[in-house]
Amino acid sequence: MQAPFDTAGTAATGGHRMSAWAAYLMVGVGALIMLAPFYFMFVFATHSRTEIFSLPPPMWFGDDLLANLQILTQRLPFWRNLGLSLYVGVCNTLLTLLFCSMGGYAFALYEFRFKKALFGLVMGTMLLPSFMNMIPSFMIMDLLGWIDQPRALYIPGAASAFGIFLMRQFIGASVPRELVEAARMDGCGEIGIYARIVLPLLKPALGTLGLITFIASWNNFIGPLVVMRSPDMYTLPLALRSLQSPVDTEWGALMAGSAIATLPLIVLFMLCSRQLISGLTTGAVK
Amino acid sequence: MLRLPPFLRLSPRYAPYALLAPFLVLFVVFGIFPLLFSLYLAFHSWEPTSGLGAMHWVGLDNFAFALQDEWFWKSLRNTGWLAVASGLPQHLVAIPLATFLHLGFRRWRNPMVGAWFLPYITSSVAIAILFSSLFSTDYGLINLAIATVREIPLLGALMPNAAVDWLNDPDSLKPAIATIVFWRYVGFNVVLYLAALQTIPVDLYEAATIDGAGRFQQFFHITLPSLRPMILFGVTLSVIGGLQLFEEPFILTGGKGGSDQAGMTAAVYLYRNAFDFNDFGAASAMSWLLFLVVATLTWLTHRAFRRQGD
Repeated sequence: MQAPFDTAGTAATGGHRMSAWAAYLMVGVGALIMLAPFYFMFVFATHSRTEIFSLPPPMWFGDDLLANLQILTQRLPFWRNLGLSLYVGVCNTLLTLLFCSMGGYAFALYEFRFKKALFGLVMGTMLLPSFMNMIPSFMIMDLLGWIDQPRALYIPGAASAFGIFLMRQFIGASVPRELVEAARMDGCGEIGIYARIVLPLLKPALGTLGLITFIASWNNFIGPLVVMRSPDMYTLPLALRSLQSPVDTEWGALMAGSAIATLPLIVLFMLCSRQLISGLTTGAVK
Repeated sequence: MLRLPPFLRLSPRYAPYALLAPFLVLFVVFGIFPLLFSLYLAFHSWEPTSGLGAMHWVGLDNFAFALQDEWFWKSLRNTGWLAVASGLPQHLVAIPLATFLHLGFRRWRNPMVGAWFLPYITSSVAIAILFSSLFSTDYGLINLAIATVREIPLLGALMPNAAVDWLNDPDSLKPAIATIVFWRYVGFNVVLYLAALQTIPVDLYEAATIDGAGRFQQFFHITLPSLRPMILFGVTLSVIGGLQLFEEPFILTGGKGGSDQAGMTAAVYLYRNAFDFNDFGAASAMSWLLFLVVATLTWLTHRAFRRQGD
């Protein structure tokens, strides 16, 4: 193999070292460009509207964060919106973890009629574009009387095809059939096997799926846009969007709100980026 | 061992059904049924305000309406344009970038991948709001950056002469949206390609080096061909994702499609048909037409890549 850039292999001639530096520079500068919007989001969150739209725009943090938060809470039930996002995210995550681990276990370790067809059907829905569900899901929520109800967001979300897929893969690879058989011989019931043996072995997969589910729920926009009609029931993305007006957008407040919506994701990402990336790509690399 | 009351003790025969039941109930009620419902709706005329009883069978009228609707076609063209303009650069940047990251960057690899990947997990609404300030005409940082580059000789000649009215000029709105989408998804592709690069056997490169192949020859004769399955997969994802584009154009244009509807994607248009114009039947028909487009293009992508290899 060609010597990696940073080792002095036989191929690392002067020309190679030059191109290596060029590569480092491009990737590094690119990374900074990717991160720059986040930086300005946090900088703008601490400035007033007039400061944000002055020339040159602020490059460093100001001291209007509290004022911006005040505007935010005057115009919106902001903390309530934040709390709703959190509530929906937690409920959605817990239900998804429960139902998908149960279903994934059934698909991975049992034989039953129509198993293949059923699994194929569930996986097939992953290929369907999300807009397919926009209109009918509004109508069903309307029929059920779930408009403006948080459960309209977290209950349908718990039927995650991706979750079933991830769980089945993980259980198939990491829960030995012999262990399940042995427990059965010892007189453990089927639900006992799930709760006492399978579930504890699933911790890493549950962590990954939980992260992915929570982030998706936190960022979800189309779902609440369709079913949440009163500002009191808006989740964070909807609430922020409602502040945008053609006449007098409070940019400082909007940036502060966006920063608050983004910060937890950045923290989560820094704490468990590897788990997250591998989980997301397992789903991708079917 | 855990002792459960007898009514909870299932035989292995029925256990899988019991375990699957909660998921399946939700899946049928909120996944399968809505889909069938939307197919049913596509053949009916219905306004939500008049109640469920007021549905009328109209046959293919909704489909005919959609196919004769110039706005629908315009939204499809917009969507296609945006999918290509945001999707193609993602792969053109991600493949060499992943190759660099794979070859070098031992200690800095993960932070670098993280920096490129971070936009992928952030809220599209927060991002779109942030970018609508960055793209502002007179005071936006992007125009400021362009003005700065304009001062540099040679490079400056490539820059537009005046401040660009990104969000109001129909010709600039699309590139602005494409930029945001590119920014958001390029890191995801980098991660995909990085995963694929790690599976290429090192011997291939060793043999090539012995045969005197240079770095570029190796890239074009070993790396790219080995990446082909992943390129197919990544491009397919970009096609599917690009054709669903909704949130970025929706936020940037205040949900209206922008001046001259330049930012109206098919998904935005079908949302408007349902929730702004109350025409649920036409919107459902459009969603099925759009689905056909997505399915066809996915199939064509697969065919194109397969043929290239034979």
